[in-house]
Amino acid sequence: MATEVIGGVEVHVDDEGFMTDPSEWTEELAPALAKEIGIDDLTDAHWKVIRFLRDDFAQEGQTATLRRVSTMANVPTKELYQLFPKKPAKKMSYISGLQKPVGCV
Amino acid sequence: MKKLLVLGAGTAGTMVVNKLRHRLDADDWQITIVDQDPTHYYQPGFLFIPFGMYARHDVVKPKRDFIPPGVDMIQADIEEIEADKNRVKIDGDRWLQYDFLVIATGTHLAPDETPGLEALGDEGPDNIHTFYTLDGAMKLEKYLRTFQGGKLVMNITEMPFKCPVAPLEFIFLADWWLQEKGLRDDTELTFVTPLPGAFTKPVASKALGGMLEEKKIDLVPDFNIEMVDWDAGKIVAYSEDEVDYDLLVSIPLNMGADVVGRAGLGDELNHVPVDKHTFLSGKHENVFALGDAAALPTSKAGSVAHFAVELWTENFLRYIDGLEMLEHFDGHANCYIESGHGKGLLIDFNYDTEPLPGKYPLPGIGPFSLLEETEMNHWGKLMFRWMYWNILLKGKEMPVPALMSMAGKWSVG
Repeated sequence: MATEVIGGVEVHVDDEGFMTDPSEWTEELAPALAKEIGIDDLTDAHWKVIRFLRDDFAQEGQTATLRRVSTMANVPTKELYQLFPKKPAKKMSYISGLQKPVGCV
Repeated sequence: MKKLLVLGAGTAGTMVVNKLRHRLDADDWQITIVDQDPTHYYQPGFLFIPFGMYARHDVVKPKRDFIPPGVDMIQADIEEIEADKNRVKIDGDRWLQYDFLVIATGTHLAPDETPGLEALGDEGPDNIHTFYTLDGAMKLEKYLRTFQGGKLVMNITEMPFKCPVAPLEFIFLADWWLQEKGLRDDTELTFVTPLPGAFTKPVASKALGGMLEEKKIDLVPDFNIEMVDWDAGKIVAYSEDEVDYDLLVSIPLNMGADVVGRAGLGDELNHVPVDKHTFLSGKHENVFALGDAAALPTSKAGSVAHFAVELWTENFLRYIDGLEMLEHFDGHANCYIESGHGKGLLIDFNYDTEPLPGKYPLPGIGPFSLLEETEMNHWGKLMFRWMYWNILLKGKEMPVPALMSMAGKWSVG
């Protein structure tokens, strides 16, 4: 499986660059991941989402959808689009070292 | 006397009581099923109503006709579920005690969650429709009778929603119907979806996306709707992308029963998180959820409910005898996709295997072609309504295996 060096650390990634091993992620990695996708500054609002995603993943074993973040973490979808422009579901999971949420069938 | 309580007498709940009544001794087990609605709807038939192919009487029958003798059926609102106390409150301040609970309350439309979609009720403009309810499908049929062309937009608001192939079928049928009416040249058809393509899984998404292109239907992917702007006649995404419409046909947000949410048994959409093989709630060892009510990584569809109930029944009989449940259910789904001009496709898939091309063997009737348009698949779809009412709901043996088989499928490299 492919690896990539992010913020000086070698991590496993998939074809699209999403980290494949959640345990390789640390909070120190998040700013470097964010820079990779054009988010230069992680604010408290970003961190609220990232920490929710990590905690929720630890409990549920899957990445939360936008709907789940807006309902359970009280961050409106509109705000998620402001924090993680254009593709919030992909971007928030990328920065949090998680796979993008599964589009259920 | 042990008590099994089933909430919801739709496809899943009805099959559960039919499968179990003759397997559980009537001297030992009381089975009760509760539903607020006396009518059973054949939901896959709603799709055909806007185009005048089915009428109301084709898709409704009394629920009671499908509940076997020896099962108590109560028509009442389900008001509270107290899983810690093993009891459910129904209207009239009545409490029903249970030993085992099956939640089969389905999923329903929640248009009020999207600003502008409240027009699907009685207020607002008349050019916003859905065919996901019987009333909605009938209103759309009436609207289409005087339709003169323009921009017809099919929009899916959010995942997950029941019968995920239905919006594609609708736009394919609209393409065919408009040709029949001589209106196709005057109509732009656009399919607007939050998914990155026409369907969820890559091989089917590519095949179905190719069909959209052939039929000159525009695809707008990755569109997460924020609101409907009635005055401007457009749908607006969170990303600020916009699509104009003259006629909007919407699949509103799907949510599980409110009572599930109030009981703390649901996820963010009031669907019940359960083990994806056994359907057992993670919170209570005597609570299961089946059918659309369950939060599972497979389609919300009657075929899934059917395969799930078959395997669950055997497991439940093990479970009540103190045996371990087998981790059998594989997320098997099997869906006909009506594509217009008297043709259809068939897809067959599960948690791990996406819909693949090939042949679907069916003794005595098949084979059906997979992921390919044929007349045979169209007839399969029409024939299925009879099978639904006469075989499937009554819990009789269907000639299809509950677990997905790779027989006849081609792998796509």
